Amino acid sequence: MPSEPILRCEKLSKRFGGVHALENVDLVLHRGEVLALAGDNGAGKSTLIKIISGVHPPDDGALFYKGEKLRLRNPRHAREIGIETIYQDLALADNLDVGANVFLGREPTKSFLGLQRLDRARMRAVAHEVLDTLDIDIARHKFVQPVRNLSGGQRQAVAIGRAIYWKAELLIMDEPTAALGVPEQRKVKELILRLKAQNVAVLFISHNLVDIFDVADRILVLRRGIKAGERRPSETDHNEVVRLMIGG
Amino acid sequence: MAAAARVADDEGGQHPALAFLIRAWPWLFLIGLCVFFESWSRASYGVTFLGNTFNLQSIALFAAFPLLLGLGQTFVIIAGGIDLSVGFVMGLAAVVMARVMQYTTPVDPALALALGILAAIAIAMVPGWINGTLISRLRVPPFIGTLGMFGVARGAGFLIAGGTTVPVNNPWLFAMGNERLFGVPIPVAITLLVVVAMHWTLAQSKFGQYTYAIGGNRIAAVRSGINVRRHTLLLYMISAGCAGIAGMIYTARFSAGAAQAGEPILLDSIAAVVIGGASLFGGSGTILGTLIGALIIAVIQFGLVFINVEPFWQFVAVGIVIIVSVLIDQSKGRLTGERKDAE
Ligand SMILES: Nc1ncnc2c1ncn2[C@@H]1O[C@H](COP(=O)(O)OP(=O)(O)O)[C@@H](O)[C@H]1O
Ligand SMILES: [Mg+2]
Repeated sequence: MPSEPILRCEKLSKRFGGVHALENVDLVLHRGEVLALAGDNGAGKSTLIKIISGVHPPDDGALFYKGEKLRLRNPRHAREIGIETIYQDLALADNLDVGANVFLGREPTKSFLGLQRLDRARMRAVAHEVLDTLDIDIARHKFVQPVRNLSGGQRQAVAIGRAIYWKAELLIMDEPTAALGVPEQRKVKELILRLKAQNVAVLFISHNLVDIFDVADRILVLRRGIKAGERRPSETDHNEVVRLMIGG
Repeated sequence: MAAAARVADDEGGQHPALAFLIRAWPWLFLIGLCVFFESWSRASYGVTFLGNTFNLQSIALFAAFPLLLGLGQTFVIIAGGIDLSVGFVMGLAAVVMARVMQYTTPVDPALALALGILAAIAIAMVPGWINGTLISRLRVPPFIGTLGMFGVARGAGFLIAGGTTVPVNNPWLFAMGNERLFGVPIPVAITLLVVVAMHWTLAQSKFGQYTYAIGGNRIAAVRSGINVRRHTLLLYMISAGCAGIAGMIYTARFSAGAAQAGEPILLDSIAAVVIGGASLFGGSGTILGTLIGALIIAVIQFGLVFINVEPFWQFVAVGIVIIVSVLIDQSKGRLTGERKDAE
């Protein structure tokens, strides 16, 4: 008997004007599972993750989170219940350091003569700790520099570390390996597998079939807003996935 | 081999001494200016320039107005905005304070001062709120919104003043503008209090942190749950509040309000912020930097008067310093190997 899924989507539909961005899409995701979302441009991948992360309400269909029906009010609501989303542009403040980015919007403070003062020492210490648990190697002195001085993979790790620190149970990533060099892509894939081992559910969009086959437990293919198919990597190959993506 | 590669990567291929120079140049420049005027003064007049209390007080008074306007401006610029209206908001506050005190001084001079101060701050909040609302809610570009307010505040100031200055004869007001506390002119003491409060807020509070975050990546700030609209509104109200305090000090120092009080100070205030290391693209800047910037401008202005150079050279000198400081900011990325998103 498999455990209850952390997320279940039933017949999600979303229209923008006359465009059916998403039609009757079902999705199931368990803890410790990695689900890849594949599809051509305009297939509805971003729309699907935006519904799950609280950006768009669905026109039709329902979300169930940990077995209960979920009506997301906004992205903040999604984050509060453990659904963290890492967008392609990472949403880091490039001029702030690692600790400030991990805590952005939720900074710890210490009382100082009755005033609330940022607890920078704590932010820095936690940032070290979080990136250590993810086994990320960032030189010590870079922790006090703006994150714009970090490499693309390190920045991706900061975004992931931030999600983990805030107890993400479902992590959504839009193209996490795009715009990275090959060694850094490998690092990010390792990170995804480490999150899986920590029982986090991961949903990621990718255009890269090699990455998808490397880390995904299941692949959900969208084509023009419709679920074209769902496969396990062991049961399929690149050719079939491409065929599902483009049809025919 | 690997270690060498790592060091090069970490330093961005840049010499540490160069990095130090880029960061510290405003301090070095201020020291250089002081050394220059000190030597000139000794060589030409046989007197000290900086060892003279009167000179120091004059420099502090010269610095006070650009500094006050520059404090709020620092927050606004760090968040990626600009406030062009502060000069005339200062004038408007000065005029309204003077008018209120004209009417109330015959009743009770001390009460009149209290009411005048309240009126100066309160009236400044109006354009501040309108600027903030235009920019945060109605998405008007800061340059345009505050330029519009520049005109509105200017017109309103002259209308309320009846086209001239508004004199006030009130001993309390005069004392506030001209007395000293432990040898420090009261206007300078007030300015220093505001400097400390603004420095603390920017460097130590969540509010300051959010100001940097918004300037660094507005979308990241929004997605982190920071209320960017409300924050932006508050930034322009803080900027206007600083202008209100400056207007209040102006009226106190000259026992009169004038709509054009802040007209020449707008440029100096932005100059102070930029010289102090803030980037006009947003995301960086400090109150300490703005303080140094305002002192540099004041030393140039007072120093040139002191050594008897034609006063118009001040404008040329300050203008050159502004351009040079922006050039240094532009070259920062290239020299330090930092990635610049604005490019
Ligand atoms: N906010 C929006 N407004 C209007 N149309 C949209 C919006 N978002 C997506 N669409 C449309 O919905 C379809 C699916 O888009 P999207 O989910 O971004 O696809 P993908 O991420 O797979 O490339 C496209 O035709 C796109 O133009
Ligand atoms: Mg997309």
